[in-house]
Amino acid sequence: METILKIIRIFKSFLLDIGELSLFAGRFFKEVLKRPFEFKEFIRQCYNMGNRSLLLVAVTGFIIGLVFTLQSRPTLQEFGAVSWMPAMVSISIIREIGPIITALICAGRIGSGIGAELGSMKVTEQIDAMEVSGTNPFKYLVVTRILATTFMLPILVLFGDAIALYGSYLVENTKGNVSFLLYFNKVAEALEFGDLIPATIKSFFFGFAIGLVGCFKGYNCKKGTAGVGLAANSAVVFTSMLLFIIDFIAVFVTDIFYDL
Amino acid sequence: MENFQYNTESIIEIKNLKKSYGENHVLNGFNMNLVEGENLVIMGKSGSGKSVMIKCLIGLEDPDSGTIRVMGKDISQLNHDELDELRTEVGFLFQGSALYDSMTVRENLEFPLRRHTKKFGVIKDTTPLVMEALENVGLANTINLMPEELSGGMKRRIALARTLILQPKIILYDEPTTGLDPITAKEIIMLMISIQKKYNTSSIIITHDVDCARAISNRMILLVDGINYVEGTFEELITSNDPKIQAFFK
Repeated sequence: METILKIIRIFKSFLLDIGELSLFAGRFFKEVLKRPFEFKEFIRQCYNMGNRSLLLVAVTGFIIGLVFTLQSRPTLQEFGAVSWMPAMVSISIIREIGPIITALICAGRIGSGIGAELGSMKVTEQIDAMEVSGTNPFKYLVVTRILATTFMLPILVLFGDAIALYGSYLVENTKGNVSFLLYFNKVAEALEFGDLIPATIKSFFFGFAIGLVGCFKGYNCKKGTAGVGLAANSAVVFTSMLLFIIDFIAVFVTDIFYDL
Repeated sequence: MENFQYNTESIIEIKNLKKSYGENHVLNGFNMNLVEGENLVIMGKSGSGKSVMIKCLIGLEDPDSGTIRVMGKDISQLNHDELDELRTEVGFLFQGSALYDSMTVRENLEFPLRRHTKKFGVIKDTTPLVMEALENVGLANTINLMPEELSGGMKRRIALARTLILQPKIILYDEPTTGLDPITAKEIIMLMISIQKKYNTSSIIITHDVDCARAISNRMILLVDGINYVEGTFEELITSNDPKIQAFFK
């Protein structure tokens, strides 16, 4: 009985979280159109989130491309279909692996960072100080961060995809003596706008989710310094779950328009 | 503090202020007024509602009931822009200084300046104002430092400089000497007195520090269970025989 009550409590708190998150998102859409636009802070956040995530995304993308090709090669070889390798790898990476892996990495790096930063600003009264000084902290801290993640993630995804394909090419070049031109010609032949556009649109939503949840958890941080850790941690967990839900919905929507 | 002449109108007026968090009734009908140029010290045990009261005063918390009038304006009737405008006249020194970690001292001081273009107009070069505020607190050489490079006392001074830069008429101090060693605490108290004299500000000081209260107060209020238990000068209160009052000065 106690276990059931505990599950009900957890479910109730999850639903409350969803409700509060929706209100928070609503406030974002209301504030985003209002003046003054914090353009300088938005650019600073773009730099922080985009530029500083490049190396991590590059390393991860490279390894994924490399490993994915190495693991798939023997199977394709068995069927005499190694020449399909660039097509298979590029479609998998562009459509699914690139966006979701990059988003998960960014949820860990950027989402937790936002949660911890805003959380510590909340508990040290910096957000209150901002409000007292006549600045709308929601606009300055939250809107700029959500916009920055929304616009930076698609760029990071495209960058990660390119690096992953390069990693895949290196394996093909080493194992199958495939030239750079031949490999990327095959990639270009295999890819269509129907692969690239939905994946890019999906990445905007991923970025929005990362920024939104990170800001929500940090901005509503309670329980002092312990709450900061909790905010950072729950930002990652909640965002990761949300990313898979968005991905699931995105696949269905893409299927309607592009007949996968 | 020398005797204060009560011949001016109230600059802040709080009537029957109530605030609860669930079952926890923090303020139960608090009343006070502050006149121009006065330093009012509010003392009370931890959790007695001092900080909540001061946050209601600046609009950071919404009271459940009661009225707060600051410079003749009922703050519950103000919209966001009007409240922001009023906040340029009311400085707030936070207990933990609340300096923005990611900004230098200069950027911390410039931050409120750039947002209050109504009061100051568009300022192209903020350096003279920033330097003046820093010189007021004796820390002009810290202009390019980050908050993490400053000691607790220096942070408190910079926070005071950030409050002063908007040239407020009222300053609210939330435990200005808490967490500081006695010498630094004394320096902060001296600084508060000199600022009050230089700019003729009115202040509400929330403190547990008896030395601070002795040095700076024109009048004191003891807050017990969310209401003003007693009001008077420091001398009247310290000589009181009431054990509840005496407990604050031991």
